[in-house]
Amino acid sequence: MNSRSPILQLRKLTKTFGSFTAVKEINLDITEGEFFTIVGPSGSGKTTLLRMLTGMESATSGDILLRGARINDLPANKRPTCMVFQSLALFPHRTVGQNIEFSLKIKNVAPDVRKARALQLMAQLRLPQDYYGKSVTKCSGGERQRVALARALAYDPDILFFDEPLSAIDYKLRKTLEKELKDIHRETGKTFIYITHSLEEAMVMSDRIGVMRAGQLVQVGSPQQIYSAPETKFVSEFIGDVNVMAVTAKGSSIVHAAEFGVDIASPAVPAGFTAGHLVVRPESLRFIENRSGAENCLEGRLYNEYVLGSRIQYQVRVHDHVFIVEKLRQQAFAGQRDDNVLIGWDAKDSILVTD
Amino acid sequence: MNLAKTIGPGTRHALPILLFLLVGFAAPLLAVIGFSFIPARSFSLWQSWSLGNYIEIFNSTSYLSFLWSLGLAAVTVLILAMICYPIAYGLARVFGKYATLVTLLFTIPLFVSENVRLYGWVLFFIKNGVLLGTLKAWFGIEPESWLFTNGIIVFGMVYVYLPFMLFPMTLGVSMVPDQTRDAAFDLGATRWQVFKEVELPLSMPGIMIGFLLSFVLAVGAIAEAKVLGGQQIIPISHDIEIAFTYAQNWPLGAALSVLLMLVVGTMVLLVLRRFDLDAILGRR
Ligand SMILES: Nc1ncnc2c1ncn2[C@@H]1O[C@H](COP(=O)(O)OP(=O)(O)OP(=O)(O)O)[C@@H](O)[C@H]1O
Ligand SMILES: [Mg+2]
Repeated sequence: MNSRSPILQLRKLTKTFGSFTAVKEINLDITEGEFFTIVGPSGSGKTTLLRMLTGMESATSGDILLRGARINDLPANKRPTCMVFQSLALFPHRTVGQNIEFSLKIKNVAPDVRKARALQLMAQLRLPQDYYGKSVTKCSGGERQRVALARALAYDPDILFFDEPLSAIDYKLRKTLEKELKDIHRETGKTFIYITHSLEEAMVMSDRIGVMRAGQLVQVGSPQQIYSAPETKFVSEFIGDVNVMAVTAKGSSIVHAAEFGVDIASPAVPAGFTAGHLVVRPESLRFIENRSGAENCLEGRLYNEYVLGSRIQYQVRVHDHVFIVEKLRQQAFAGQRDDNVLIGWDAKDSILVTD
Repeated sequence: MNLAKTIGPGTRHALPILLFLLVGFAAPLLAVIGFSFIPARSFSLWQSWSLGNYIEIFNSTSYLSFLWSLGLAAVTVLILAMICYPIAYGLARVFGKYATLVTLLFTIPLFVSENVRLYGWVLFFIKNGVLLGTLKAWFGIEPESWLFTNGIIVFGMVYVYLPFMLFPMTLGVSMVPDQTRDAAFDLGATRWQVFKEVELPLSMPGIMIGFLLSFVLAVGAIAEAKVLGGQQIIPISHDIEIAFTYAQNWPLGAALSVLLMLVVGTMVLLVLRRFDLDAILGRR
């Protein structure tokens, strides 16, 4: 098996509900064995896209190709794919064992073979063997999560889909399960397509990330690319707190920020770029003594500070614009509220993005 | 003092309403049970009790009425189940969580007295009535009237008790989460397997309640056999009514009532045991 060949290809995939377009002309190639994550705000069409890929929703137009064969018209129960739902959708009237074995029972696999497979999956997912006969309604959130994953794996799908399965779980357990999921991905070598609206979750687990906005895929890339080279203001803001300035091109690596009436040294301005935004991360901004302390510099007033665990965030007002400066706690800034301060950054730490 | 402690605050607050219910529910029941043991055609509880009334019933042909009532009720419930499940399913799929509200529309006929509605059907089915009169006038054919047959009694009972089956059933069917259905389908189940493995068991609570409710009501049915059936069949409730009114034999009527309660009660308990009350009342 060539692990670099595409397993799933989407061609201009579109879904409309009445006059509303929920998913718009998505083109995407998913590689065999990849962990691909789709992130996007609520309502951006993630679930709708996934439901089309699983066969629970029909595509309005465009193609879904599985290993080159068009599967648009294949119903969900004939596709070699399986989904783990946000609600998990376990069968509440069944035991842990019966839930996991469901797809095998459907295929008329002999009961003892089914049971052996279920117990094996339970061991792999760290579910105690004596849970086999336990009612799923009596399992904890994390245990149910594992049952849902085991049930999907028992189906032995080529592609596993996940629709925000961890969103209802507390932070600590979520971190554990994220890691386990990544391990399972490695162990099984299956293709995982995962939805979340938490970019942090996406960063931890994925080989590649696709960012969705209003039904469109606006950027696809490795976590590193998405983080360090967002192409649009939307993607850069999705990553977390960032400082964004509206700018217009002025030279080969100079932009003008009309809001502050200053010219700013920027990374190389791409051809065709006339207006857009300059993004600077809070940790790339620093307080400086005088204007020669950084390539770019703005004067403002220290407005507020927040302690975020090991880091401290400072809000600095420059005209009506609030900048966020972030420092490690042990390097706390000595300034007082309402002090006039200088903040600065270097051109290499900033990113030019379009709208 | 100790008593007050052991029964706890919840029970204590519920006490007034508990007593009220006890008086309202248990008192007439106890009276009926008491009356069933006094000599036939007497009207005082304060005399020697005996099993005379029960012996009389077992030596009579009342068992026929029991069988008619139970049989008609069973047939009615089965037909209702076959009619109502598809309707409930359709309503749940089309109206989603509003399905149960829509089912309430089916209870509107209950605002009109049952007797009035049944007489309406008599007018519809009677010789020269709405149906046969029209057939005769338009096509010149004149089939036998279906009135006063067993079939029309079952029809009347199905018609009258439909809401009592449909309402809980729709509730049950709409309790099946869409995603659970999707998940089964996604795991390779066919339409039929989804129904058998997921939809049916998950809507069982509603279905069972519908069965029990319409069965208990249908066993006590009386007007359908009287009005549509023309008293060709005497269901047990009719026997009881006759004993209490026309025959002025309250003790016999009471004994019949007690037997009816025993029979129906036993059947209901058997069904509930078979179907695990926990699951029906929704453990989750
Ligand atoms: N069956 C439907 N009929 C009409 N509109 C729908 C339907 N399903 C989804 N939509 C609309 O499509 C848009 C995208 O919905 P979708 O559930 O895919 O978003 P999402 O990205 O998964 O959001 P979330 O993060 O909240 O789950 C929403 O505006 C939603 O209202
Ligand atoms: Mg969603």
